[in-house]
Amino acid sequence: MKAKNFHPFSFQEACWEKIAEAESGLVNAPTGCGKTFSVFLGVLIDYINQHPDKYLTAKNNKLQLIWVTPLRALAKDIGRAMELVLEELQIPWKVGIRNGDTSTAERQKQKNNLPEILIITPESLHLLLAQKNCSSYFETLKFIAVDEWHELMGSKRGVQVELAISRLIGAAKNKLSIWGISATIGNLEDAKEVLLSPLNIKGSIIRAKMDKRIDIESIIPEEIENYPWAGHLGIKMVHRLVPIIEKSNTTLIFINTRGMSETWYQSLLTAAPQLAGAIALHHGSIEQELRRWVEEALHTQKLKAVVCTASLDLGVDFRPVDTVIQVGSPKGVARFLQRAGRSGHGPGEISKLYFLPTNALELVEAAALKQAIKEDMIESKIPMLLCFDVLIQYLCTLAIGEGFEPEKIFQEVRSTYCFADITVEEWQEALSNITQGGIALNQYDEYHKVIIEDGIYKIMNRAIAMRHRMHIGTIVSDAMLKVKFLGGAYVGVIEEYFISRLEPGDTFTLAGKNLELVMIKDMDVLVRKSSSKKSIVPSWNGGRMSLTANLGHMLRKTFNKALVDESDIEIKSLRTLFQVQQALSVIPRDNQLLIEQIETKDGYHLLVYPFEGRQVHEAMSAIIAYRIGQITPISFSIAMNDYGFELLSDQPIPVDNSNAQELFTTNNLLLDIQKSINSAEMAKRKFRDIAVIGGLIFQGFPGEHKKARHLQSSASLLFKVFEEYEPNNILLRQAYRELMEQQMEEVRLRTALDRISNSELLLRFPKQLTPLAFPITVDGLNRNSLSTEKLEDRVRKMQQQLEKN
Amino acid sequence: MTAPTPLMIHDQMFWLTTERGIFWEKESVLILADLHFGKTGHFRKNGIGVPHAVYKEDMQRMVDLISLFKPKKLIAVGDLFHSADNLELSLFSKIRSDFALMEFILVKGNHDILADHWYEKNNIQLAYGSYGLDEFNFVHDPAEVPSNNNAFYFSGHLHPAITISGMGKQSLSFPCYYFTENTAILPAFSKFSGTAKVSKKKSNRIFAIVEHSIIEINN
Repeated sequence: MKAKNFHPFSFQEACWEKIAEAESGLVNAPTGCGKTFSVFLGVLIDYINQHPDKYLTAKNNKLQLIWVTPLRALAKDIGRAMELVLEELQIPWKVGIRNGDTSTAERQKQKNNLPEILIITPESLHLLLAQKNCSSYFETLKFIAVDEWHELMGSKRGVQVELAISRLIGAAKNKLSIWGISATIGNLEDAKEVLLSPLNIKGSIIRAKMDKRIDIESIIPEEIENYPWAGHLGIKMVHRLVPIIEKSNTTLIFINTRGMSETWYQSLLTAAPQLAGAIALHHGSIEQELRRWVEEALHTQKLKAVVCTASLDLGVDFRPVDTVIQVGSPKGVARFLQRAGRSGHGPGEISKLYFLPTNALELVEAAALKQAIKEDMIESKIPMLLCFDVLIQYLCTLAIGEGFEPEKIFQEVRSTYCFADITVEEWQEALSNITQGGIALNQYDEYHKVIIEDGIYKIMNRAIAMRHRMHIGTIVSDAMLKVKFLGGAYVGVIEEYFISRLEPGDTFTLAGKNLELVMIKDMDVLVRKSSSKKSIVPSWNGGRMSLTANLGHMLRKTFNKALVDESDIEIKSLRTLFQVQQALSVIPRDNQLLIEQIETKDGYHLLVYPFEGRQVHEAMSAIIAYRIGQITPISFSIAMNDYGFELLSDQPIPVDNSNAQELFTTNNLLLDIQKSINSAEMAKRKFRDIAVIGGLIFQGFPGEHKKARHLQSSASLLFKVFEEYEPNNILLRQAYRELMEQQMEEVRLRTALDRISNSELLLRFPKQLTPLAFPITVDGLNRNSLSTEKLEDRVRKMQQQLEKN
Repeated sequence: MTAPTPLMIHDQMFWLTTERGIFWEKESVLILADLHFGKTGHFRKNGIGVPHAVYKEDMQRMVDLISLFKPKKLIAVGDLFHSADNLELSLFSKIRSDFALMEFILVKGNHDILADHWYEKNNIQLAYGSYGLDEFNFVHDPAEVPSNNNAFYFSGHLHPAITISGMGKQSLSFPCYYFTENTAILPAFSKFSGTAKVSKKKSNRIFAIVEHSIIEINN
């Protein structure tokens, strides 16, 4: 090795040692400093040590190493890097790549003659488990490496990985060594424990000590007074990106959503036509070939800039990239750092990141982010527990492949962190769900999915197996529809989520144009130009990402500086906005809770600003609405963002200084949580993903709209049906449990409410919407509702109101 | 069951029920649309475990309506069955035979794909396109109602629902009966079916099913 002039870092050597001792563990290292080699070379060194005589000659050694990677884009680059090393060392191993892009011919080749190294996504790994005789592939396996584990853990894809690992351990003849590779997160110990849980060993964490300098600069709008208080309108500032791109080597421009990335790409081309040919677009719904071309061009420095989404968040080292621009709030410290790390890869190089706000208040977030990074406040990833939707999918996957013996698989499943606490009853319920469809059989039932033959659980029906295979995975994506003019000219793409909420005749904005929706036909949205002044700005899924608790904490502190300490450029530039807030209402400090009550033509608004992030606000708003509803029968429409929430009613809201404090009490919290959950229908949204993962709904495929005949239903219909007719259903119960654990978690809410009850309550009655209120109230699409009035009374009241107008 | 709501159409009395069916008094006809019987069975047979109980409730609701009005004739304006034959349909057959004296007419809808002899065996009279009785007509899809026609048509297919909104960005949605000058669109009888939003036009009348009452929507 030394002859090749390769100087390992000390963390790499530490890792090799552990691998040589057949240990398992987690490597914590930033991108671009050889984390891949820490594990990969360790595997090779171990192989050489084990086979000193024949490592140069032995071919077709069957599968040795499975390398799990979350992103397709990563696979090719890692594969190429591995092949280079193998060539240098003259080890005749083959590297195979397996993901959604792998051709059928290549798959067949791999099936007949598995390479020594298989680079694979979690979904493709499960597809492999759905093959007949698959366990024979894994007999020779010795190592599993999971790259970017921080990205997988805390999601259902992570659970998928956990389950696959438990199966591989069961199928391999060798004792497996498992290594995770993770960027820094707040709970690395947990990350290791979750990954190694099926091995039932402690393992070690190897940390690369490498400090990386990050230089963050906010792009301040020239006329901040005229900069919007809400929405995603940073596009006005597109011209400011041009000089940054021109003076940099290569720039990545991160946009939070696919749809907006299209818009930015177009606008950038319009603002700087000289860049045509030198800028490109990269996101998950772009054709594979084009995506590959962009990645290739990034490596070879053919591009000046790429507009991208999270699709380029991870791993790959595009060496020419020296500048990153983040458009809109990244909502969390870890994600911000991750993106900053996309530039200046080499050890010792500086990561340069520009932040471009899409509305004025995001500048406060920028200031908070900078401070959080200074204080090293990196978020934890909370591992998911008891995901029965993923379990049910996994069991069906095994049933398509070789079939499974429940007793054996139960032990394996229980060895994972996710299902460590599964009870025998819950396991039986999962089994009965796939064999009997959840409920007891009766004489008219023909439920058919998994059948039991000689104690083996199998799926024999080909159509069912085929449908299942096409739906393996836990990423429930929102379909993207093409937007076209009636004449056929292409405008852009838009998320189905957004467009399905509009009616023909509604006007929305896309690619800087005001468009009137004419109709949705197949996968195309047909529009015509609109001169209407009133237009709906798409509120994107990405916009619904919640601020993390860490950033929320920092945000409250940052507001302390408003109009007081203007050492941060962001705070200083917002002076006018703060003055407006102060004049109309007040700027809350971190030991205060501001409540604003405002009357507009829409009705009576009650706004509360806890700065706890959207997720906590959703839960808290439901509880407060429920509690007010106990004072008097009342109906609310509820909206929230990361700063606060709004309760909007058609009647005056009975909250004043005499009872405000009481609304935030922790007394009876658990009871009120349960009651407000039921009345706010929040579980319905959780159920959507669960229904898809659990196999109740078949999503369409990109570009394909033919769905299974007569088998279509919507998540909301299924939710309603289960609620009414089978409330005990395992998947329905999971929707409620996820809600309780992720959002309505009692401890977290109690902490937040405790903090509030120790704060000073500031009740204000502004004459008009304040800068803090405005962004919340304009959200017309993602609203919850809660009512303590009788349905029939509400209808009659609405009718009367309409007549009056 | 709550008392049905009376409605005069072309000088004849019709009764709208919260159970999603219309009774025509003079001819003693119960009119239902989009019953989608066997849908849960079809899903279950294909490995999707939807609760059976929805179907049973639909069945029971039909029996309740028949017991209340004791109609001479039942006209289903399409989508009586959801898909291919399955065991759930034998429950329907059993109930059909309990009311053997009642005439059963199906105006075929796009979901009615069973073989003709199945209907024959169950004593169901088929109508293709439209069916006429007295001065009234019955079709599946309201789009097939001829324009500038004086006759009145009962139809289904759309699964209409009306959204009403009030102050404070509140809105509620309910399945509804939708009447134009010469057409009635019935709500889907099946509780395991989605809905399509309809909007109120001046000359139309909309009756929403709000839990246990029928409320006419005026705006």
